[in-house]
Amino acid sequence: MATADRQGRAGRVTAAASVIVRSLRVCRGGRDVIPDLSTEIRPGQITGLLGPSGCGKSTLMRAIVGVQRTHGGSVEVLGQPAGNPLLRRRVGYVTQAPSVYGDLTVKENLRFFAGVLGVGRDSVARALDTVGLTGAADDVVGQLSGGQRSRVSLAVALLGVPDVLILDEPTVGLDPVLRRQLWSTFGSLAEAGATILVSSHVMDEAAHCDRLLLMRDGALVADDEPQALLAQTDTRDIESAFLALVERGSDGRTR
Amino acid sequence: MKPAVTLAITGRVLLQLRRDHRTLALMLLVPCLLLTLLWWMFDRDELVFGRLGPPLLAMFPFIVMFLVTSVTTLRERSSGTLERLLSMPMGKLDFLVGYALAFCAVASVQASLAVGLTVGLLGLDIAGPIWALALVAVADAVLGAALGLFVSAFAETEFQAVQFMPALVIPQILLCGLFVPRASLPDGLGQASDLLPLSYAVDSMRRLQTTGLSGDFWADIAVVIGFVIATVALGAATLKRRTA
Repeated sequence: MATADRQGRAGRVTAAASVIVRSLRVCRGGRDVIPDLSTEIRPGQITGLLGPSGCGKSTLMRAIVGVQRTHGGSVEVLGQPAGNPLLRRRVGYVTQAPSVYGDLTVKENLRFFAGVLGVGRDSVARALDTVGLTGAADDVVGQLSGGQRSRVSLAVALLGVPDVLILDEPTVGLDPVLRRQLWSTFGSLAEAGATILVSSHVMDEAAHCDRLLLMRDGALVADDEPQALLAQTDTRDIESAFLALVERGSDGRTR
Repeated sequence: MKPAVTLAITGRVLLQLRRDHRTLALMLLVPCLLLTLLWWMFDRDELVFGRLGPPLLAMFPFIVMFLVTSVTTLRERSSGTLERLLSMPMGKLDFLVGYALAFCAVASVQASLAVGLTVGLLGLDIAGPIWALALVAVADAVLGAALGLFVSAFAETEFQAVQFMPALVIPQILLCGLFVPRASLPDGLGQASDLLPLSYAVDSMRRLQTTGLSGDFWADIAVVIGFVIATVALGAATLKRRTA
């Protein structure tokens, strides 16, 4: 709890940013997907990256993980440039499409990735338990439902207990009970001091986040705590706040 | 490169193959069936089987491994697992060597079956030792795997990957000396055949059959292994940690 007190989720003391994005520019197919984006993400918190599909959320996440080719600006993670070999053990990344082997069982998948990460087999059981798949450990991944498959992919990211966890739409299509469980898992990881960045196109998910990045057309329309956003826009829910902010932006006023 | 990671990759690829009984059966049995068919076709003329058998022993593992590797690695690229592995503490060589070892193991089994069948049951006469025949077959299989790995970078779908077979493999079959002796090929084509790895694989099989182990045999094998190393290096260059 000592860590949680120092940089805890509700704590007002803010730790130094663990992810720093400065003037990031990403082009794809001759078009600026992200023209110029800057933000900082702190440890000990869940940061939600919300916005409609196609607004550049995944691209930003890929840039933070260091698998995205960028065209300007810089991304720094835990004091290193994104994608630095030193970070490969410390950053966990879950893509939107489950990236696991469909022809292997759940346990075989996890054991393989545990072997690549060099972590013990006990971490396999722990990760399975966290995502609620212990009962399906011997099922072949290809036979599982879409929601179960994405949980296998999430379990892989939890194997190494990473300091930074980048999760691209991890709760899509999951049943509400499990979704709440996963959010509480993310919460306890954050309390232990991890940096958690979770994207979603469902604005309701904002309720679980300590800080929100609202994104539209490759740019951030807001970067603040949920309560502050509601107060600032005089709205009751994040969806209305998002709309209010977008309307203000198109009126030509400052964000 | 870390041996534990390399072996984890090898183990996983073998496990995936073991799960896929149909592919495994096709990989191991089809070459044997085709060699038997050939033997039966030339039932009345043993000399023809003796002439065609060794080149085909070199060719089958090459073709089969090319197809299997190009499709498997393409699947790994498109499913996002390759990107995930590259964001983990895994060296590119771990990935490539891990795959090569797994396919080497399968190729050894395939080559043993094919060589055992042709020499043991179908009566192919070979001057050199049988293990050398198997060695050439394994080297050819690894060559096919390395080439398959390389072309998977240029295919967007499994359909495209399979189409690389006629584009890259059939010309090598036509020019390797199976249809026309390499020395009798017209100007230009003879030189082209000198640049293709399968020519050396087939030459080494021929030498093994006629004169047994010789310096020329080892020189041919060395060329095949050189091509393998060059292709794996090219393959490593196509594994990009950052993509657009």
